[in-house]
Amino acid sequence: MALAAGAIFLAACGGSGDGDGPAIKPFTPNEPFDPDPYPSTYVAYPNAPVLITNATILDGEGAKIEDGSLLLQDGKVAAIGADLETPEGATVIDASGRWVTPGIIDNHSHLGAYPSPSVSAHQDGNEVSGPVTAEVWVEHGIWPQDPGFDRALAGGVTSLQVLPGSANLFGGRGITLKNVPARTVQGMKFPSAPYTLKMACGENPKRVYGYGNGSFPGGAPFSRMGNMAGYRAAWIKAAEYKRKWDKYSAEGGEMPSRDLELDTLAGVLAGEILVHMHCYRADEMAQIMDLSKEFGYKVTAFHHAVESYKIADKLADYGACSSMWADWWGFKMEAYDGIPENIPMVHNAGACAIVHSDSDIGIQRLNQEAAKAWADGKRVGIDVPIEVAWEWLSLNPAKSLGIEERTGSLKPGKMADVVIWSGNPFSVYTKADQVFIDGALMYDRADNSVRPVRDFELGQPGEGDMK
Amino acid sequence: MIRKLMASAAIVAVAALGASAQTYVVEGKKVWTGTDAGTIENGVVVIRNGTIMSVGPASTSKPEGAEVISAEWVTPGLISAFSRTGIIEVDAEDSTNDAVAALSGFSASLDASDGFNPDDTAVDVSRLGGVTRVAVAPQPSTNLFAGQGFIADTSGAQDTDLTSDAFTFITLGEGGAGLAGGSRPAAWAQLRAAFDDARAYPTRYIAGGEGDVLSRRDAEALAPAARGRQLIVIDARSATDLNAVMDLAESNRNLKFAILGADEGWRVADRLAKLKIPVIVDGFANLPASFSQLAATQENAARLDEAGVQVAIVNLDDSTHLARLMTQIAGNAVANGMDWDDAMKALTVTPASIYGLSGYGILAPGANADVVAWDGDPLEVTTNADAVFIDGEPQDMTSRQTELRDRYLSLDQTDRPYAYVKP
Repeated sequence: MALAAGAIFLAACGGSGDGDGPAIKPFTPNEPFDPDPYPSTYVAYPNAPVLITNATILDGEGAKIEDGSLLLQDGKVAAIGADLETPEGATVIDASGRWVTPGIIDNHSHLGAYPSPSVSAHQDGNEVSGPVTAEVWVEHGIWPQDPGFDRALAGGVTSLQVLPGSANLFGGRGITLKNVPARTVQGMKFPSAPYTLKMACGENPKRVYGYGNGSFPGGAPFSRMGNMAGYRAAWIKAAEYKRKWDKYSAEGGEMPSRDLELDTLAGVLAGEILVHMHCYRADEMAQIMDLSKEFGYKVTAFHHAVESYKIADKLADYGACSSMWADWWGFKMEAYDGIPENIPMVHNAGACAIVHSDSDIGIQRLNQEAAKAWADGKRVGIDVPIEVAWEWLSLNPAKSLGIEERTGSLKPGKMADVVIWSGNPFSVYTKADQVFIDGALMYDRADNSVRPVRDFELGQPGEGDMK
Repeated sequence: MIRKLMASAAIVAVAALGASAQTYVVEGKKVWTGTDAGTIENGVVVIRNGTIMSVGPASTSKPEGAEVISAEWVTPGLISAFSRTGIIEVDAEDSTNDAVAALSGFSASLDASDGFNPDDTAVDVSRLGGVTRVAVAPQPSTNLFAGQGFIADTSGAQDTDLTSDAFTFITLGEGGAGLAGGSRPAAWAQLRAAFDDARAYPTRYIAGGEGDVLSRRDAEALAPAARGRQLIVIDARSATDLNAVMDLAESNRNLKFAILGADEGWRVADRLAKLKIPVIVDGFANLPASFSQLAATQENAARLDEAGVQVAIVNLDDSTHLARLMTQIAGNAVANGMDWDDAMKALTVTPASIYGLSGYGILAPGANADVVAWDGDPLEVTTNADAVFIDGEPQDMTSRQTELRDRYLSLDQTDRPYAYVKP
């Protein structure tokens, strides 16, 4: 039995009928294991054609169209331009004075894994039992009834990456979701999006383990030296594991024993799982870039990356995105050098800049976070047009998740993940009026029947309120 | 109660000299006064000797030789009604965190001003955001009674204008329940007993007795609040907890309260208004983050305001390093229904009123000259404070953040390491 090496570690979540993404070969009993045992069951919700007219449109790829029209049809962006014909049966939305953008994509969320209410029973985002827990998958800890998803939707978020926490050197697999309400996590999974791996630098792993107050879990790492040794030891094991499976794929023989932790790490080495690494300090990011070269993988995005501005040139050369806050700083030592111009300075150096939230509050207004960074950049001479700056919110995060061919901009053929804003989305007074996901209207600020309420909020004070 | 921190005579002398002579004219296309004068188009604010001399239209007489600053908007300095700026440098580093004292034997007598450090980098960052005064509270550590809060300016000067014992801070709700032993009944038992201890101070302690909850020092510190002579800022979130605080207020009419959090305040807004209890809210709180915040909504501030409750707006998410985001939060309150003028008052007039800071939070003749010149609408996220005056003195507009920025703004290869680039 000969399998392509890729097939074994293939990490994509299976699409289920919406026709998007690469087809995944169904698992057969002859294969060693199912690479997609928890497949996406998400199918785009029914949608009629929608023609949005007279809008200021940011296409998400650097263009701004005044008095523009956007046609959503069959769940896709069908056309974008000045004057579009109205297809039969289309709903026409006059967006005079309003702005239209691609849906926001937050590539750093813990919604569902650290849901509201934040009670002790809901702390499912960190498997702190050891510094290397690449074997866990965050989707197994996501509660789809987290009301935070609805709040994010009201802020124009159409897709998001949920990551495990940053306690561990290797925290586990992350997952990309469509921000649609569903009874199951599978019903939210972005079809055929690659899996991701959460890793963490710096203070968190050494605090949680080495300095776990001398109690559980204790043990290494105690220091940043220990962090690096921990990553390297794990990659050595992963490389060995991958060699065994590659040999088995090519030559057959006795099937190697399976290891969940190493499945994921080998998937990274095979280039199928994208690495998202929590890393604050510039010097640490530089070490991690070298580490990745030592073991032959790539860091897709550094997260938080509060010191990216110090090495933005190196990040551009390497080709990693920085996923950043607009202005968080100072809450711990590795965040001490955070500055409000980080995002525009990274952009200015030609590196990939992303605005992320890591917060159930921040995710609700990432447009404002981008606006702050944009204005702070402008003040020091980094004058990024707003239509380019929007790439920080949609296209760049889509790239970091491997879904940029399918969403993240308003290019015809892409998923109709679209927000109609009440005005310029870089103003504090602007709100998302309507949010479309795959062409279906999932949120309407003016219509209570198109505002979701999760199970948890039913029968509670404030149910269905304007939140 | 103004207490000057220790400062060398030389620094004081220089500061005094600077303040005595200078006169400034701050012009704004819009001057928001916080008074009945409203917003003055093409307005002028004249500052002299730390005081606002006049506020008026373009025709207002401008003293000769005065330095003129022109801006889009001019407002009073912002006052953060609840912050930890100046007592925490880096939260996660205990050695730099003077907000919390889990191992202290004291509670109500913990005086946050003993931990105030005007060199704290967050002081500069707050000032650059237009915040000129901060109300700072300790964090509750061992029981409901966090200790004594203070009001300070954000000049960063060693002789910072600081009022200690400005209020006492108490935590109720879920947090208080946990601190008091595990339940709301435990919290209320502790609260009632502590108030009895404080009211019995010093009598029962002189007789050699002990308090049920408070040691002699803590009882002494809580006594002014327990006797209605000091403001009590009390943290409560749910409608039920808020009603419990209001029950306490109704049966103790002499006590002075302001409520922090009040996430479900809108549900009991009429009663809050009737009892004239002001609230200090974080307008971003709109999640059922706990079972005490189930009905939280971003419209809370607007609804409370509409009902006639005095509303101050703060950032509780990182009240230390990002107190300045109160402007963004107030802007969002406007987007969620709050009157713009009232949202501005929530950052100025109302905090001044809550803390009894007469002559602060407004632009009016005779008022203290804390003034901010902005490059746009102060509540807009793209707006920046261009100039800040505290006590009539123009402030340094650099911070450690601006220096880091300027060092790395150009990543062009230089002959020398960046450590030699000194902005």
